[in-house]
Amino acid sequence: MTANRTPLYDRHVALGGRMVEFSGWELPQQYSSIRDEHLAVRRAAGLFDISHMGRLNVVGDGAEAFLQGVVTNDIAKLEPGRAQYNLMCKEDGGVIDDLVVYRSAPSDFLVVVNASNREKDVEWLRKHLPDGVSMTDKTLEVSLIAFQGPMAHSLFPARSTQTDSIPYFGFTQGQVAGEPAFIARTGYTGEDGFELFVEADRVGRVWDSILESGKAKGVLPAGLGARDILRLEAALRLYGNDMDETVNPYEAGLGWTVKLTKGEFIGRAALEKSREVVDRRRLIGLKMKPGDIPRHGGAVSAERGKVGTVTSGTHSFFLGYPIALALVEPPSFRVGDMVSVDVRGREAPAEVVELPFYRGSARATAPKHY
Amino acid sequence: MAERRYTKTHEWLTVDGKTATVGISEFAQSQLGDVVFLDLPSPGRKIARGESFGVIESVKAASDLYAPVAGTIAAVNDKLTSNPELVNSDPYGEGWILKLQMTGEAPADLMDEATYKKMAEGTSH
Repeated sequence: MTANRTPLYDRHVALGGRMVEFSGWELPQQYSSIRDEHLAVRRAAGLFDISHMGRLNVVGDGAEAFLQGVVTNDIAKLEPGRAQYNLMCKEDGGVIDDLVVYRSAPSDFLVVVNASNREKDVEWLRKHLPDGVSMTDKTLEVSLIAFQGPMAHSLFPARSTQTDSIPYFGFTQGQVAGEPAFIARTGYTGEDGFELFVEADRVGRVWDSILESGKAKGVLPAGLGARDILRLEAALRLYGNDMDETVNPYEAGLGWTVKLTKGEFIGRAALEKSREVVDRRRLIGLKMKPGDIPRHGGAVSAERGKVGTVTSGTHSFFLGYPIALALVEPPSFRVGDMVSVDVRGREAPAEVVELPFYRGSARATAPKHY
Repeated sequence: MAERRYTKTHEWLTVDGKTATVGISEFAQSQLGDVVFLDLPSPGRKIARGESFGVIESVKAASDLYAPVAGTIAAVNDKLTSNPELVNSDPYGEGWILKLQMTGEAPADLMDEATYKKMAEGTSH
């Protein structure tokens, strides 16, 4: 199977992007340097092509009830113009995927899923799709780019009183560079910013206009490498690394997305039991010494022996030390506890720290529940 | 300036009398991505040709470094401790990794620039 190319492929190559295959898509790992792109997002803003993410349009009178029955968060509380982070679980409570549901109108939703799970998700959703609700995969028709950073808002070329009033996890229909766009204040970096849904044949102009107008202020195009470090610093989970179908939302530290009182949904009975389990596995944050770089799969040990595995690890340029998420067995650890992580066959010390590792500008505009 | 020669494992070497300077190639740094840390031995240690003498960590992965020639470590590039990115920005200059006092002659089977480039391009995808 050849990898898909996004409509911005030629631009990535022209910008010096080093193209790699990711979940069936050819995307830039980096343009100039992961370090520079990462720091640009933390200090100014960066622009990402995330058109690989799956976009599913769910429409119909029964759309709310349908989604309510397949995701963990409370769709009834989601107003038009707002977005909500959600998990989709199996009957046994294992996580099928994490996704963001955008509600455009009472019976019109856009569901953004992980590229790696798109086909699996579509199959699962189709299986449960009732009559009267339609689901269309818009991934190839509509592109998605993310403009993220503490200055993303002020440097947004389409800034207006309309965009100023978009709350965190809110969105509006507008125009960027003369092109119609669905402007959402969402992201995966921990920073303030926008995710822009633009028709595939129009997204190039929007991309160019954001880069052109932000260039002098330090805006850079940013690749997958920077995106992974940014999300990890913000402790945003990566499906396939930090959770999968064998992990439940409470173990992943995402119990806040599970609304057991909203009514029946797939996995509810199992999750109700999981919630009561005190001695459960947990995803914890680890801070390590410069040079001791934890990697996915690295064994985590404590005095009592092997306790778990690193699910994501990297060197944080911004913080200046390596960080990791690790899934560990009970009894649970406290912030300040010391464990060790296998780094190239050596036991390197790691301190349990609070999550997120870094709180960016995103939360400044965050409501309590989203 | 001494001619730069290469190993199959993407180290480079220049020789000045009995002293060899070692680093990693432009191709290697570009494949590794941003270097974040180098785990290097102390001066005085003897290493055999082909021996792993250290580890280079990039954002993506950790990779072993192999000695292109046998010798005693005469110096390591201390600048890399605080500026490991020099390996990316100037792999043949300020990003040199260590200097070896060679035990014997430089091996004759190291590649010249043209041969190495051909090999590197063949392994790239």
